[in-house]
Amino acid sequence: MAHDSLLEIKNLMTHFHLHEGIVRAVDGVSFDVRRGQTLGIIGESGCGKSVTVHSILRLVPSPPGNIVDGQILLHRGENGADAPAVDLAQLDPRGAEIRAIRGAEISMVFQEPMTSFGPMHTIGNQIIETILLHQEGVESTDARELAIENLRRVGIPRAEQIVDAYPHQLSGGMRQRAMIAMALSCTPRLLIADEPTTALDVTIQAQILELLMALQQEVGMAVIFITHNLGVIAEVADEVAVMYLGRIVEQAGVNELFDNPQHPYTQGLLSSIPHIDEEKLPRLRAIEGVVPDPYEIPSGCAFSDRCPSFIPGTCDQAMPDLDETGPGHRVRCFLYSDVVEGLTEVENGG
Amino acid sequence: MADENELLLEVNDLRMYFPIQKGLLRRTTGFVKAVDGVSLSIKKGETLGLVGESGCGKTTTGRCIVRVYRPTDGEIVFHDEGTAVDINRLTRPELKAFRRNMQMIFQDPFSSLNPRMTVLELVGEPLLAHGIARGQELEDRVAEMVSAVGLRVEHLPRYPHSFSGGQRQRIGIARALVQRPKLVVCDEPVSALDVSVQSQVVNLLQDLQSDLDLTYLFVAHDMSVVRQVSNRIAVMYVGKLVEVAESEELLRDPKHPYSETLLSAVPRPNPHHHMQRLNLEGEPADPANAPPGCVFHPRCRYMEEICQTDVPELIELTPGHHVACHFADQLTLQGIDYSGSPRD
Repeated sequence: MAHDSLLEIKNLMTHFHLHEGIVRAVDGVSFDVRRGQTLGIIGESGCGKSVTVHSILRLVPSPPGNIVDGQILLHRGENGADAPAVDLAQLDPRGAEIRAIRGAEISMVFQEPMTSFGPMHTIGNQIIETILLHQEGVESTDARELAIENLRRVGIPRAEQIVDAYPHQLSGGMRQRAMIAMALSCTPRLLIADEPTTALDVTIQAQILELLMALQQEVGMAVIFITHNLGVIAEVADEVAVMYLGRIVEQAGVNELFDNPQHPYTQGLLSSIPHIDEEKLPRLRAIEGVVPDPYEIPSGCAFSDRCPSFIPGTCDQAMPDLDETGPGHRVRCFLYSDVVEGLTEVENGG
Repeated sequence: MADENELLLEVNDLRMYFPIQKGLLRRTTGFVKAVDGVSLSIKKGETLGLVGESGCGKTTTGRCIVRVYRPTDGEIVFHDEGTAVDINRLTRPELKAFRRNMQMIFQDPFSSLNPRMTVLELVGEPLLAHGIARGQELEDRVAEMVSAVGLRVEHLPRYPHSFSGGQRQRIGIARALVQRPKLVVCDEPVSALDVSVQSQVVNLLQDLQSDLDLTYLFVAHDMSVVRQVSNRIAVMYVGKLVEVAESEELLRDPKHPYSETLLSAVPRPNPHHHMQRLNLEGEPADPANAPPGCVFHPRCRYMEEICQTDVPELIELTPGHHVACHFADQLTLQGIDYSGSPRD
């Protein structure tokens, strides 16, 4: 029987061994990506959202980065077919197997399309290269036609001319469209979008988000969408994971997360941003403090030093586990559960 | 307190054209009209938000006002204790002395602070440069300013690299405010910061405004942030102002089609809001080669023949609400309806 998850991440740990010490950029992250669905990952800089997805494609530079534990299972069996899962965490990051997956089964759209396209080759040649690498039996003349067709599909006008343009000749929005065209050229099962609209203007951002959602419907792929913008995540995601300092602190369906945020960090994020469609508040309700330095993470819950609901003697003693508080809603907080991370059962904290 | 409606700054027909030079002889072959006839006024103690997409000239406008650039043309009249000074006509020494009155807060707290200077030197430098204070007095004033922006006195001997982005932005704010300017141009002051830090800095800017009687020109692209801080909002598109109004009025009742689409493109942190979004086709015009007529007409859903030939003037449609659109009084545009009550 086919697995209904496309990707299953179990207890992923990606650490960086630096002179100053070990940075636990991703420290025990587990989630599933269901076929055809969008998982949004939200968090501030340093929360490990990008390292998580780079780990999936094995793009974390090593040294200093290493996947020290965990599994990244890609379930290929589709339409009832049963195929063994591949653990991407076990693959050689430079090996043939992961290279066959990158760009074909799993592809990625980056934040800044200027730096992710090579500047010395035309857009078309870069898309054609992807197609020739991953699709057997395609002749190079057909590949050019396919590239033009892909550019047209993402709404690039005069695709037959733009195919010969260099990246610098396109505007930011057009480059991001071309990037999406390249990512989708081999019909991936999973698209990873890492802040794909952060560098763009709002009107262009709106165009790109609609395009991504329309293409997802058409292709039926799953998407992992990373952003720090709560407005963007509300629009695109089916399921949302909130990350803080290398861990998921809350995960729920998108409506549940916005209607019933439970973790103090999620609540803080939602009430700290200005909401344009609500009455204006005289002052924003800011979260106190700053994200701590990765070498000086507080003991116990990593958010404890900024948390308005901090319980002395509890929150600074142990890391709470990500525990289910309702159907499909998981929260890592002692306000809701006294299960400590790493222990299966805990004799009640009193 | 100053009179509610007293003007601090009046900008009349400001133009900033950057020449495009080509070839060995660097002949000028054209102009990028970054700011093309902008007129606006800022009242004492208010915040005027200036919004628009990248390349619309909002930053250039801010830089002209503090005379980082020398504008090609136009008047920038600063009203200071009963006298009116045209900043654009000042000579160099006059300008140097005048700069105390206007300061700028920059977007990127990583590149706007000299990495080889300590906090004390960074924040004290403007006082030295203007000969306002030195020695112990300088240190006292710096320490006072640094605590006003939420840093500690122990931070004074440290270098910028040991601070987070939010703290660096606080240093930049202290440096701008230490000489007690009257007008502060904030150029995207929070857009490089993390979400949780953004709201802290927005609150800080608002607190400092009331404590120090500041007037802000707040240049930003994020409509939600601009609305939070601004009394009035000016919307800019390809070098021109297209609409100026009280901020809540602009949100609820935009009169220019560009403002309408800009508002509808703001992503709402609300998954139930499945919008009837007005998608804007195409991209902003090239300011070196702006279309004739209304600059917005190639993307405008309400475009008619006159828009392709005649440039609409910025006219006052209702008191305080200025619009540059031929059909401003005929169109019914969609604003933001705040059906949602504030979060508790």
